[in-house]
Amino acid sequence: MTYRMTFRGAAVPAEPGQSVGAALVAAGILDWRATRKAGRPRGLFCGIGVCFDCLITIDGVPDRRACLVPAADGMRLGDSAQDSPQSPQSPQSPQSPQSPQSPQSPQSPQSPRDADPRDASRGGGRGGDA
Amino acid sequence: MAETHDVAVVGAGPAGLAAAVEAAEAGLGVALVDGAAQPGGQYWRHYDERHARPDDRAGHHGWPLFTGLRERLRAGRAAGRIRYLPGRQVYLVTRDETGAFTLRTTPSGTAETSGTSGASGASTPDTAGTVTARALILCTGGYDRQLPLPGWDLPGVMTAGGVQALLKGHRVLAGRRAVVAGTGPFLLPVATGLARAGASVEAVAEANGTLGWLRDPVGAASVPGKAVEAAQYAALMARHRIPYRTRTVVSRILGQDRVEAVQLTRVDRDGRPAGPVKEIAADLVALGWGFTPSLELALMLGADTRKDVDGSLVVAVDGFQRSSADGVYVAGEATGVGGAVLATQEGRLSALALARSLGRPVAPGLMGRLRGAIGRGRRFAAAMHRTYPVPGAWTEWLEERTLVCRCEEVSYGDLRRAHDDLGADDPRTLKMLARPGMGWCQGRVCGFATAGIAACLNRRGTTADDLRPLSTRSLAAPVPLGELAALDRSHDDQ
Repeated sequence: MTYRMTFRGAAVPAEPGQSVGAALVAAGILDWRATRKAGRPRGLFCGIGVCFDCLITIDGVPDRRACLVPAADGMRLGDSAQDSPQSPQSPQSPQSPQSPQSPQSPQSPQSPRDADPRDASRGGGRGGDA
Repeated sequence: MAETHDVAVVGAGPAGLAAAVEAAEAGLGVALVDGAAQPGGQYWRHYDERHARPDDRAGHHGWPLFTGLRERLRAGRAAGRIRYLPGRQVYLVTRDETGAFTLRTTPSGTAETSGTSGASGASTPDTAGTVTARALILCTGGYDRQLPLPGWDLPGVMTAGGVQALLKGHRVLAGRRAVVAGTGPFLLPVATGLARAGASVEAVAEANGTLGWLRDPVGAASVPGKAVEAAQYAALMARHRIPYRTRTVVSRILGQDRVEAVQLTRVDRDGRPAGPVKEIAADLVALGWGFTPSLELALMLGADTRKDVDGSLVVAVDGFQRSSADGVYVAGEATGVGGAVLATQEGRLSALALARSLGRPVAPGLMGRLRGAIGRGRRFAAAMHRTYPVPGAWTEWLEERTLVCRCEEVSYGDLRRAHDDLGADDPRTLKMLARPGMGWCQGRVCGFATAGIAACLNRRGTTADDLRPLSTRSLAAPVPLGELAALDRSHDDQ
């Protein structure tokens, strides 16, 4: 069976045995966090739990290492404000995590990125915890 | 508290597996703690065994050696001699007045533990994860050594080991058009693994000259099997038509929000540009400059360290894998990067030496033979390190804005200003004033580079004293504050 997870509302499939990070990369999603200072995108770098670049909120628990955590059916990924650079003051908000039936195809590498409004706010600094 | 083991082995890669099973078979009670959910370490990383496929072992070297060790681990556990704790990272090792060690562990996140683990907010000490033992064998391995370069923080840039881990551990191809770059023989299995999985490998950029170690009479003669392995990779590279460019580096990675292309530059022996720049499109860059051993636990226990031939800080051990800290043995990459076969030999020797010190019988001649093999393996490793050094002039690839510390976003310019304006002459001061190595990874990724930059800014070579402050960490893994607070309370209760 293939697991179904959601990344900011968009469906992401995973094979049992894969990590969260591996499933995201397989779905064409290469970044899911923004750095504190420059708001730069980050995803997997070391892939083995050393570098902490791939931190992500999973089912509401922040700062999990995506490269280590095994994927599981129904996981909600990246749905915290601190995972993305545009919140909290962005005029657009990511899709609600409560609506996992995204109209976008999970297979398209472009769809999750298009759903993500971070580009609109890149370079505009960030509020809150900077 | 649970029983005190004769020995706790940390790490279930080649060295740790060999040490644990050898110790158990010598009659010792063993605890084996490992961060991964299943044994194998980085070298024998493989897909979740509960969902195995026959081709999961494709590209693996020494697989029968691994399955043999895994079988002996099963037997040791069944016999009650090995307590195996997967999915746990040791974050603190302490020692009481009797000399016994206490290892505090935290879930690494790799095991499925009903939703919470890792950095979640546990508020009681995790006694199930506390291990006590009278001796330690540290087999903590290592990870890819990195050098910063412009654009290395773009998504799509990964460590060579991370790309390999995605392939071997998760059956995921990290990109379609790949460039593999850095130095050392490890670039070859990564490139051929990518090609086998269907990626187009546009180039392997090797900063050094090729196969020099084959001409090194000491190195090549020490471990003849390695020449066969090299020939196999050469054949695979040819079959997949992967261009292998020696004396070439990725001097810059281009892209807006992800990798789009790289610039390849021919370099001289020291890594200085010596030819035209060639730009090629890519969506994946795999970088590796040898390996950095994981030393935090050994350093926590006060073990002496030294700078190895490859420039990395390693634990100094004697001919029986004993560190300067009493009762602390170290085996594998933490004593010097040398590969899986050498690591298993060192793991075995450390266990046998410990068993003998506890009065257990050890087969006559066995330790001598292991020591001979380890000596040959070390000579070969040294020859490899001399063939594939980090180019001396690598800091000249940096630009002012190039990030050195990815976590704290400290640029090369920040480090230069801390040196030029604030007088930071050594890595420790540089770290205090500019914050490299102060973030989540605690200098694991940028430590080697920061030490090198500090030395370079002061026009001298890197020393062990430069490397040490960036290798020491008060905790070896991030732990929830609640767990630490509870640890303190449980201490007061005693």
